[in-house]
Amino acid sequence: MASEGPKGNPQDGAEGKWKRRHLLGLQELEKEEILLLLDAADEVGSRWEGGRELPSLRGLTVVNLFIEPSTRTRVSFELAAKRLGANVLEIDQESSSIRKGESLKDTARNLEAMGVDLLVLRHSAAGAAHFLAERVRSSVINAGDGAHEHPTQGLLDLLTIRRRLGKIEGVRVAIVGDILHSRVARSDIWGLRKLGAEVTLVGPRTLLPEVFGRFGVRLSSELDPVLPWAQVVILLRIQHERQREGMFPSLGEYVSLYGLDEARLRRCPPEVLLMHPGPVERGIEIESEVADGPSSVILDQVASGVAVRMAALAELARFHRRDGEGA
Amino acid sequence: MSGFYRLSGGRILDPSCGRDEVGDLFVAEGRIVDPASLPAETSWESIDASGRIVAPGLIDIHVHLREPGESQKETIASGTRAAAAGGFTAVVAMPNTHPPADQPNTIGWIRERAREQGVVRVYPTGCLSEGRKGEKLAPLGSLRAAGVVALTDDGSCIQDAGLMRRVMEYAAMLDLPVLEHCEESSVSAGGVMHEGYWSAVLGLRGWPSLAEELIVGRDLLLAELTGARLHCQHLSSAGSVRLIREAKRRGVAVSAEVTPHHLALTDGDLGHYDTHFKMNPPLGSEADREALREGIADGTIDLIASDHAPHCSFEKEVEFDRAPFGIVGLETMLAVAAETLVKTKLLDWPALIARLSTIPARLLGLPGGTLSTGTAADLVVIDPHLRWRVNPQAFQSRGRNTPFSGWEVQGRAMLTMVEGKIVWRL
Repeated sequence: MASEGPKGNPQDGAEGKWKRRHLLGLQELEKEEILLLLDAADEVGSRWEGGRELPSLRGLTVVNLFIEPSTRTRVSFELAAKRLGANVLEIDQESSSIRKGESLKDTARNLEAMGVDLLVLRHSAAGAAHFLAERVRSSVINAGDGAHEHPTQGLLDLLTIRRRLGKIEGVRVAIVGDILHSRVARSDIWGLRKLGAEVTLVGPRTLLPEVFGRFGVRLSSELDPVLPWAQVVILLRIQHERQREGMFPSLGEYVSLYGLDEARLRRCPPEVLLMHPGPVERGIEIESEVADGPSSVILDQVASGVAVRMAALAELARFHRRDGEGA
Repeated sequence: MSGFYRLSGGRILDPSCGRDEVGDLFVAEGRIVDPASLPAETSWESIDASGRIVAPGLIDIHVHLREPGESQKETIASGTRAAAAGGFTAVVAMPNTHPPADQPNTIGWIRERAREQGVVRVYPTGCLSEGRKGEKLAPLGSLRAAGVVALTDDGSCIQDAGLMRRVMEYAAMLDLPVLEHCEESSVSAGGVMHEGYWSAVLGLRGWPSLAEELIVGRDLLLAELTGARLHCQHLSSAGSVRLIREAKRRGVAVSAEVTPHHLALTDGDLGHYDTHFKMNPPLGSEADREALREGIADGTIDLIASDHAPHCSFEKEVEFDRAPFGIVGLETMLAVAAETLVKTKLLDWPALIARLSTIPARLLGLPGGTLSTGTAADLVVIDPHLRWRVNPQAFQSRGRNTPFSGWEVQGRAMLTMVEGKIVWRL
């Protein structure tokens, strides 16, 4: 039967300490746990910038297991782990035995037998991170599982908004594009709603089914009326294969309905923040000049990403310290 | 001498004649008998059935025995042992084997294997289309001559309405029921769970109820046109129940089945991507489950069938997207049906036994479903009070893939008898 949270993850939040062994998604986190990670990211980020001492992952092994192509997230995790002094092993689709027919379960158990402490998993199948977490003693960080969640992306979006606007509660956020297939949208929705933001999802009916109304958000198939309301606009990447699947007639039509160009930017409040999880396709979701313009905080997101990942790695590392500290 | 049994003091339930009384039932040399017709000195082996139900053996018209071709998942021997343990005395085997049962020689092989190794009666079905590809008629007349009891492409569905019309015309001519797996595959394409709130949360590709309803609707029209006997398998959606209820009111020759898992579970039970909750059709919403329960209670849905679909553990222990569809059901069906229908007072025991035995027998013209004097002694003794915990490791089936692992359930087959031979005793 359905259970509310992963097994073996007791957390009461009373001490304000991180209690979970894995970071699988924002849906299952309490508001306090999200805030704890954001605070930790701010702390570790400013320590890095100030050249002060960082939490240490020395002696721990982090494996980046990316069974789906990714550059930005993989590099961001690698950088975060290396800044904290961990041994980092990169395994991508090409170099993994999964190409030779080995199951995900066997790959993970083999890695674990070699003494891996933290597993960062990117996988095309929703639920792959839960699958691993239930079968290994390593801590698992979900770096994106199919259309399910991408919790560190959700956290870095929250951090970017909080750093710019000083708060999340009450902030009006529009998320635009292919909501149905987006793990970023799901993690953003859970995180923003738990922290009290107002969210409107925008996209064509084929990519934004009505059922998303049950997530505590408003839905709109039109972008223009939403823009004057929005303090933050998050633009999602549109994948060309959706057109082949018949989800929309043509990229040109998609751009005319949902692409953020100069004219649409003028409909937004002057202090609007434009965000994009990357990689940006200039001229599709967002016009090139707008992506580089003063409203864009896309590079802030990238910087926040490293801080969030350092924080997440450091919190989970408590379970694996060799000196017996932690769980 | 063995073969003479007195089942004493049980509640004898025979839906074929409305019998429901406490008494003794006598079995001699494979048949149900009136003891007065035998010599007075006959010595009976007594089986205490007090506090228990004595009923016609259960009949499951939707079972995957996996032979020929996939004996790593199940065999006719192991599958029929599982059936006996579940209280079944007969099963109808689906033809999606390797090779598919679309030729008379394959039907002959299955029947012979079942005679040699089967613990309960096995009735084969034949394919509707060659290779279950949905392109060309299978040799339906030869399949009937080889002994199939129904025709089905179960696991897939003929998409071409023109071909389906020809299939139905032929089936009507041969007077064989068509067991339809209702799935419009351009709508279900890529789906791995019910399309709704939970597919949105879990980020899994949704499978809309529409995929089933479109084919139910199409086939009802074709059944009306051709006069074929249409049987819709494993209903999963409220919309399908409504369509069939309306068609029955109009007098269309249609019947339908529902599985215990669609009566017991919903898409909200998938939890953390447990592949034991992945089956075709997928588990529906709460509203679907309510409509299915209502449908089986009011007779819109005629009977319960397991869609017993064993898979190897390693096949199921993968990412949700990659796992095969299907779960085992023979050994949990009676208890789960009792939990969801009798405990909830939607049905009483006689009505449940009818839907598990008498109605399936009548629908496919099979022997059984009765305790009448002179008929073969295919029967089950059920303890309706016995509480037990589902433990897949104790299954007779080779398949362990059940969503009910660890469930505390009530009601179990204590003894199963096929033609007077005890094939299961707990």
